[in-house]
Amino acid sequence: MNRSTYLRWGLALATALSSVFLAAAPPAEKILILATTTSTQDSGLLDDLVPRFEKQTGFTVKTIAVGSGQAIAMGKRGEADVLLVHSPEAEKALVTDGTGVNRRIVMHNDFILLGPAADPAGIAKHTAAESLQRIAAAKALFMSRGDNSGTHAMELKLWKAAGLAPDGQTWYQQTGQGMGQTLAIAAEKKAYTLSDRGTYLALQKKLGLPILHEGDPSLRNVYHVIEVNPVRFPKVNAAGARAFADFMVSKAVQARIKEFGIGLYGSPLFFPDAGTPE
Amino acid sequence: MDLIWEGLRKALELLLTLDSEVLRITWLSLQVSGAATLISLAIGLTLAVVVALNEFPGKRLVIALLNTGMGLPPVVVGLFVTVLLWRNGPLGSLGILYTPSAMILAQAIIASPIIAGISLAALQHLPQGLRLQILALGASRPQMVWLLLKEAKLPLLAAVMAGFGGVISEVGASIMVGGNIKGQTRVLTTATVMETGKGNFDVAIALSLVLLVLAFSVNAVLTHLQQRGRRP
Repeated sequence: MNRSTYLRWGLALATALSSVFLAAAPPAEKILILATTTSTQDSGLLDDLVPRFEKQTGFTVKTIAVGSGQAIAMGKRGEADVLLVHSPEAEKALVTDGTGVNRRIVMHNDFILLGPAADPAGIAKHTAAESLQRIAAAKALFMSRGDNSGTHAMELKLWKAAGLAPDGQTWYQQTGQGMGQTLAIAAEKKAYTLSDRGTYLALQKKLGLPILHEGDPSLRNVYHVIEVNPVRFPKVNAAGARAFADFMVSKAVQARIKEFGIGLYGSPLFFPDAGTPE
Repeated sequence: MDLIWEGLRKALELLLTLDSEVLRITWLSLQVSGAATLISLAIGLTLAVVVALNEFPGKRLVIALLNTGMGLPPVVVGLFVTVLLWRNGPLGSLGILYTPSAMILAQAIIASPIIAGISLAALQHLPQGLRLQILALGASRPQMVWLLLKEAKLPLLAAVMAGFGGVISEVGASIMVGGNIKGQTRVLTTATVMETGKGNFDVAIALSLVLLVLAFSVNAVLTHLQQRGRRP
């Protein structure tokens, strides 16, 4: 092959590949960065809601699904426009310091304690705090998210309420990964773990980890939508953030949340809460 | 074992039904990694030629740096590119974070040292006298470079394959700078991570198989170019 054929092939290839740049990029004011938790994505809820929002409003949503800790950190730096998260303490701090505005409740489900069917620590029929104490006493393997996510924050709060500090114990291990991966690891290792119900229901069939504890009022898992303060971060898409937050608490979306997952998993993954006091 | 068969079945099903989502992310993977490889080829070859054909103080250090760069961890590249491209960051005005352009940038940073390092070794491996011989025959300097590159075609194409292999398979940088956004920046590797997280192991295995087939196809073409004209 001579030089001109190389050139011609190269050019053809470059043209084909460069079409990736030409894909009509929406103007910046139409781009909305939503930082959220893995549970809203892994449960499939956002795949259901985001296209509706885009269709209704003309915004292009960039959904960055990370742990609540990282999502809130992105909000703190003005690198996201709107947050959909479940880590109430960290959220309140965000609003108090003026970075987050207009925090509104969207929905809830609950956290559940899972473990091997044999339940070696015997946690069934005990309160959440007692369950953790029994796990610690039996030195039964416990898988923590360890990633600063909303679920991790809740887990730490529960240990604290139980009067325990499990960090550093051999039976207490951190995966540093999302809920889905952590559930898979807990199932493989026959360990106890804490999960949000949404992700658990979506994965239940493949896991073989039964729910051993549920229903304790301290296990409520609440999701809020928070807009990032455009006064503090001028590059924030305030109109888009407001539109998305309004969309999440709108009647139509709340009705959709109520039925989402019934068809696939037999029960809803989230319960709509818009307008109710916390 | 069932799961692997299930994955195989799912892969065939997704491919045979031409699942539009799978086709889209496969095409985007090819575009992003292909573009990044082409850019890296330009950067890497230039670097290799400049370093190979010139003597300068600190040359060994430069070569050592290039060789170290061949092992750049994708997550580290991803982290730095993300911080640079944040809208309140130094390159924020470009507004390309969470777009394919950002992924191409990150992957080009990963692949450039790979291509430069292997190309450099290839050029340095050519007989010392060859350069002088070509010049003595009256070739201009660009002609000489072209002839040297042609002479080193075999390892140079190996460099391209290594560069492409490095970026089509990486997930750390792509997921950080791209965000794995459906319909925008989701590629085969990031989708595989996500589907695994969702517990959809069959889909994840299917996507992995598509990735392997894609990597094989690209390398088959490159190998054909590389081996052409050689006797078996």
